[in-house]
Amino acid sequence: MAATTGTTAPSQGEDSVPGSARARKKPRRSYSVGRSAVPYLLVLPALLMELLIHLVPMVVGVVMSFKELTQFYIRNWGAAPWKGLGNYRVAVDFNGAIGHALLHSFLITCAFTVLAVGFSWLLGTTAAILMQDAFRGRGFLRALFMTPYALPIYASVIIWAFMLQHDNGLVNHVLHDQLHLSDKPAFWLIGNNSFVSLVVVSVWRNWPFALLVIMAGMQNIPDELYEASAIDGAGIWQQIRRITMPSLRPINQVLVLVLFLWTFNDFNVPYVLFGQSAPPAGDLISIHIYQASFLTWNFGSGSAMSVLLLLFLLVVTTVYLAFTSLRGRRTSNA
Amino acid sequence: MPSGYRSPTAKPMSFIWTRRIVLTLIAIFAALPVYVMISTSLKPLQDVTGKFQWIPGHLTLRPYVDIWHTVPLARYFVNSTIVSAAATGLSVLIAVFAAYAVSRYKFKGKRIFTITVLSTQMFPGILFLLPLFLIFVNIGNATGIALYGSRAGLIITYLTFSLPFSIWMLAGYMESIPKGLDEAAMVDGCGPLGALFRVVIPAAVPGIVAVAVYAFMTAWSEVLFASVMTNETTRTLAVGLRGYSTQYDVYWNQVMAASLVVSVPVVAGFLLLQRYLVTGLTAGAVK
Repeated sequence: MAATTGTTAPSQGEDSVPGSARARKKPRRSYSVGRSAVPYLLVLPALLMELLIHLVPMVVGVVMSFKELTQFYIRNWGAAPWKGLGNYRVAVDFNGAIGHALLHSFLITCAFTVLAVGFSWLLGTTAAILMQDAFRGRGFLRALFMTPYALPIYASVIIWAFMLQHDNGLVNHVLHDQLHLSDKPAFWLIGNNSFVSLVVVSVWRNWPFALLVIMAGMQNIPDELYEASAIDGAGIWQQIRRITMPSLRPINQVLVLVLFLWTFNDFNVPYVLFGQSAPPAGDLISIHIYQASFLTWNFGSGSAMSVLLLLFLLVVTTVYLAFTSLRGRRTSNA
Repeated sequence: MPSGYRSPTAKPMSFIWTRRIVLTLIAIFAALPVYVMISTSLKPLQDVTGKFQWIPGHLTLRPYVDIWHTVPLARYFVNSTIVSAAATGLSVLIAVFAAYAVSRYKFKGKRIFTITVLSTQMFPGILFLLPLFLIFVNIGNATGIALYGSRAGLIITYLTFSLPFSIWMLAGYMESIPKGLDEAAMVDGCGPLGALFRVVIPAAVPGIVAVAVYAFMTAWSEVLFASVMTNETTRTLAVGLRGYSTQYDVYWNQVMAASLVVSVPVVAGFLLLQRYLVTGLTAGAVK
């Protein structure tokens, strides 16, 4: 989905030399050289808004993270005493209670993200490959598969919370009463099973997005490739391996990154499933920071954790983009 | 949808049977919670508190009447509609101009602008929640303008995710519209704004619709900001549905009926406009 930066990148060199011979040689494209104020006026509203909703809060957030910001200073946070790197030191002190809990939550979130993204991608790819050709009922199935994604998150997660109830839930009814798979009904919303519940609900909700994106990507694969390979005697499995998967690589790189960021930052699913305090096995990082900030009213500490989270995501994303050489690939395609 | 079909190189029976079995299993997984929602919403409370029943023993529409009295659902509905619509409208409006500039002009700082917009996409909501909360509280103390707890305040916080997304998607979509179209309009005497309104926007309708639907859905679903930034009168559906759980009982049948009622507008909109969404995604994101 990183189309914008990639496709605009090659045009950078030209506008820096507006008066040069090269720019003058192209009178037909004069309106796109942009010596005028027009592009700036067009971007201005967005720029002001970005400043207001992103830049200012981020600066405030970073400043907050250096302060001893407890409930006494909420109404006048400027007066909160400085704490320097204290909040950060506590957050990364894995022997201390706060740091230990943060590390635990971070590791849980990593495991959750790998599983949830992996299964969402796998399910989306499988369904997209199976639905590539027309067959009766394809349109209906597509609408059905999209429904979990279209439902408001809180509504769909509430349904799962009901299904996972210990006494009157569908899951225990099927597993215990009907299939006799367990000795006694399991708890799904507390204890270690809550991790499984999180993964299942997250996959149920997000895999249709993977399906949507992969199906859109498949539309761009020319039919001739399949026809030619069929004439050459390639079977379906070979076509999937040699044509479909390689053609989908650029789109998969973007899809996996987007799914990773959404899943890692997810607040909605654990919050609606477990309420304000998640069980340890389902204590995802967003919930953890929320609790540290709003339940114990330690905003300084919560801000430091947020900044650490952001730094982690920036590093991972940068490494990922460099590793997949996403931008280079995109510019050469454009 | 005719696109995506490919010439029928006949599939072996093994593939067709694999397809039938796997797609059936996935369909059950996808549909199960939807079935639970619908069937539970039609049961009386005593049938919901005991063992789960696959087939409702006694059908009733009572929960659909009660949901409006147990919690002020209508008010939450109005709040959610106003907040989601305003956040969507505002971000699409601002994004159309910015996306047009990014897709059509070269200007200094463009790269920084696009990278900034792109990267704010990945920031966790919690990162903005704490500072915005403090800023709103302090603005309220200093000026008396109550942003914290107000709909306006919630709309502003929703722009943190809907605006970058809208700019990003629309810029990608507009890139796919041939530049010759608006260049011709300019030659015919349109100004940049004329070309935008007469040529680019009409051509970008599928992209704009996709972005608007998506932004609306995201706002309608939002839980984090809504649970912190609202009060009793401005509460949205996302928080309001919790009202069906009391200290003693959870009215699961009403919870399901209310979930269904709040889902119908967005699911219907999504399924109706799915076609546009795929087009928008293909051009804007996948290109």
